[in-house]
Amino acid sequence: MTQTLSPSEPLADTRPVVSLDHVTKRFPGVVANDRVSFDLWPGEVHVLLGENGAGKSTLVGMLSGLQLPDEGGVLVEGREVRIASPARALELGIGTVFQHSMLVPSLSVVDNMALGGSWWSRPDRDGVARKMAAVCADIGVTIDPHAKVGSLSLGEQQQVEIVRALMRGSRVLILDEATAMLTPKGADDLGALMGRLVKLGIAVVFITHKLNEALAFGHRITVLRLGRKVGEIAPERLAALGPAAATAEIVRLMFGTGATAAEAVATTVRTRPSGAPVLEIEGLAVDDPSVPVAGIDLSVAPGEIVGLAGIDGNGQKQFAEALAGQRRLAAGRILLGGEAIERLDVGGRRQRGLRYVTDDRLGEGTVGSFPISLNLLLKQVGEAPFWRRGIEQPEAIADHARRLVGEFDVRTPGIETAIGKLSGGNIQKALLARELSGPARAVIFAKPTYGLDVQNIRATRQRIREAADRGLAVILISTDLEEVLELSDRVAVMSRGHIVGVVDNDAGARNRVGELMSGVTA
Amino acid sequence: MSGLFTEAFLTSLVLGALTAGLPLMLAGLGEQISEKAGVLNIGIEGMMLFGAYLGFLVAYTTGSVWLGFLGGGLGGVLVAAPMALFCIRMGLSQIVIGIALTLGAEGLTALLHHFQFAQSYPRLPAVPTLAIPGLSAIPVIGPALFDRPPIVYLAVLAVAVTAYVFRSTQFGLSLQAAGDKPAALDAAGVDVARVRTCAVLTTGFLAGIGGAFMSQVGAGIFVPFMTNGAGFIGIVLAMQARGRPLWVLCGALLFGACLSATTALQVAGVSIPTDVIQMLPFAAVLMVLVLFGRRASLPPALGLHYVRGAR
Repeated sequence: MTQTLSPSEPLADTRPVVSLDHVTKRFPGVVANDRVSFDLWPGEVHVLLGENGAGKSTLVGMLSGLQLPDEGGVLVEGREVRIASPARALELGIGTVFQHSMLVPSLSVVDNMALGGSWWSRPDRDGVARKMAAVCADIGVTIDPHAKVGSLSLGEQQQVEIVRALMRGSRVLILDEATAMLTPKGADDLGALMGRLVKLGIAVVFITHKLNEALAFGHRITVLRLGRKVGEIAPERLAALGPAAATAEIVRLMFGTGATAAEAVATTVRTRPSGAPVLEIEGLAVDDPSVPVAGIDLSVAPGEIVGLAGIDGNGQKQFAEALAGQRRLAAGRILLGGEAIERLDVGGRRQRGLRYVTDDRLGEGTVGSFPISLNLLLKQVGEAPFWRRGIEQPEAIADHARRLVGEFDVRTPGIETAIGKLSGGNIQKALLARELSGPARAVIFAKPTYGLDVQNIRATRQRIREAADRGLAVILISTDLEEVLELSDRVAVMSRGHIVGVVDNDAGARNRVGELMSGVTA
Repeated sequence: MSGLFTEAFLTSLVLGALTAGLPLMLAGLGEQISEKAGVLNIGIEGMMLFGAYLGFLVAYTTGSVWLGFLGGGLGGVLVAAPMALFCIRMGLSQIVIGIALTLGAEGLTALLHHFQFAQSYPRLPAVPTLAIPGLSAIPVIGPALFDRPPIVYLAVLAVAVTAYVFRSTQFGLSLQAAGDKPAALDAAGVDVARVRTCAVLTTGFLAGIGGAFMSQVGAGIFVPFMTNGAGFIGIVLAMQARGRPLWVLCGALLFGACLSATTALQVAGVSIPTDVIQMLPFAAVLMVLVLFGRRASLPPALGLHYVRGAR
C-alpha cells in the first residue's frame, strides 16, 4: 500500500478513505461483529444493510469512536489508527449522525456548532453562522442559525448535524438509521442530499434496514447478518443488476434464501369487505396541548382494514387512546355494533370487544418484570376464571398462557419468564395474543411493526390480515406508508389532529395519500 | 403600626435580608451551576456547614478575614471533592451520596467544635466594612447595602460573572449541554465528567464561602448545625430560578428578608411569638413551591450518571 501519494493526484481515489480490516467485537454472550471488513470510497454512498441485531450499530460504533474493536484494525487513508473517542473520530475526519439526535435541544444551532471550543473563550457565533451559511449553500439546505434546536423538526435537526460534521472537515459521513424517524418526503430529501454530498467527494455510510432506500440512495451495498458480512454489491454490479434483480440478491443475502423475495414484494389481493359498519366514530374530539384532535368521523366494516396514515405526532396517538378509553373525549360518539361506548372505561370497552394494541410495548403494554402469563391477562386482572374472589387461580392462568404462547408462537423459555427479557418481536407477539384472543370485534393497531425486524414485521402483518379475515374491524395506525398501502382496504390520512381525507386503496392511492400527507390538497 | 416603620426597623430589615440572604444566594448560585451541568447536589448543606467551620477556624487562627473566606471556600471544595469522585467518576447515586456528605459534615463539624471551641466559645471581631462613597449616604438602604464587608460586593459580582459565563462562554455552553444532553457534549469532544467535576467543585467553593459568611459575618461564631437548612433553601432557589443567576439573587433576598424578619420585628417590639416568626422562611419556601413549583424546570439529564455509548 502506497502512502506517498498526494491527495491531488487522481490515484488517491484508488484506495479507500477508511477501512475496517477484519474487525471483531464481542459483548458478553454475543459476537456482535465477526471478522467484518468494510471499505469506504470517496464519492460513494455505501449502504450498510441488515436486520435489527445484525451488528450495524456496533460497526458504526467502532468507526465513530464509541467502541474499540477486540480484534482487527481500522485504517484511515491506509494508516492504522485507534479511534478511542468521538473526538478522535472527528479529528480523523469521520463525522457521525446518530439515529438519536446528538444536538442539545436547549441551545441554538450556532451554539451547538460552537460546542467544544476552548473553555474560557467566547463562542464565535457570527463566525460560525457565516461558515454555516457557506456549507449550507454548498450542499443546498437552508437552516436558521439562531433557531433553538428543540424547535426544529427531526429532518432539520439531521441537516444541522450533517452541516456540523462537514464544518468540522469530515470527509466521511456516517448516517445511522437516519430515515427511521423521517416522513417519506423527508427520507427522499435526505436521499437527494446524500447524492449532493458524494458529488463533493465525501464518503457516506448510510445504515438502514429498509431495502427500497438502500437501492434508491446507495451506490455500494454491504449486507450484514448475525454479525457477519454476508455480501457486498459493488457499484458496477449494482448498476448492471437493475432494481428487481438487486432486490432478489439482497433478500437472498439478508435471509439466506431466494424464496422470500417474491413474498417481500407481493401484495395480497383482498376481497373488499362490505356490510354494516361495526365501529362508528362520529365527531370525535380530544383536548391535547400539543395536538388537539377534532372532528374525526370514521366507520369500519367487519373484515375491513382502515389504514391511518400520517406523519408521526399528528394526533394518531391521541385518537387511538381516546378510542381505547385511555383519554377523555372532548366531544363525539363511538359506536361499537350500534352501542354507544364513549362513556365506558377501558375495561368496559374491552369487554364489548374493542381492543387496542399499543405502540408503547414496554411502557403501557406490558409490565417488564411480570411473567408472560400475567402480562397476557393484564387487562383482565381479577376476572373469572383466572381469579376467584380475589384469589389467583394458577392453573387457569398457566393454561391460558400456554395456549396463547403456542398459538401466537411466542418464543420464550417458559410462561413464567419475565416479559421484559424477551426480544421486541416476542413481546409484540404476546401483546397481539392478548388483544386478538377472545371475543374481539374491533382492533386498533398503533404502529404495530415499529422497531421490529423484517421477520417479525412480516408475522405481525400476517396477524393483522388474519384478524380482518376473521371479521374484525381493524384500524391500522402506521407512519410507514408502505405498510398502510400493503394492508389497508381504505386509507385515512391524519394531519394536525384532523382526518384530511379518506381514499380507497387502489392503484392511484399512493399519490393521493402522499399529497394528503404533505398537505397539497388539504 | 406607624411606629413599626421607623428608620431603625427598615435599616435592620434590609440589612438582615442581605446578611441572611447572601449565604442563600451563594448556595443557590452554586447549586444552579451543578444542576445546569446535570448534577443534583444535595450535599450542598454539608459543603456550607464545613465551609462555615473551616472559615471560622482559619479566620480565628490567622486573624485574617480574607484567609477565612478562602478557608471556607476550601472547606466546601473538600466536601465537594468526594461528591465528584463518587457520583461523577464512579456513578453512584447523587442523592444517597449527597445526603451522606451532609450528615457526615454535620457530625464531623459538631465533633471538632466540641473539642476545640465548646469550652471557650470564641468570637470573631466584627468584619470591617467598606463604605461606597456617595451611595452609603442614602438613608435606610445606604448603610444597609453600601456599607458592607467587601465580600458582599464580590458575591453580588459573582452573580453577574456567572450570568456572563452561562451566556457568553464555551464553558457555559458545556455546562448547559452536560445537563441537557451529555452525549452531545461528549460527541463534541468535551469530557463530560470534567465539566461536571468543575461544576461540582465550583458549587463547593461558593457554598463554602456562603457558610463562612454565616460564621464570620452573620454570627461571628461557629456553632454546630448553624447552616440550619440554608443549603436546602439554596436547592429550592436554584430550581425556581430556571437557570438564571439574577433570579437566584432576587429569590435569596426574599428568603433573607423572611429570615431577618425575626430580628427586625423584635427591634420594632412587635409581640408575636418567636416560634411563629422563626417559621416564616420555611413557610415562604412552601408558598413559593406551591405557587411556582409547576414552573420549575430541571435539565433532562439531572441526576443521571453519564456513560459513553449507553442510550
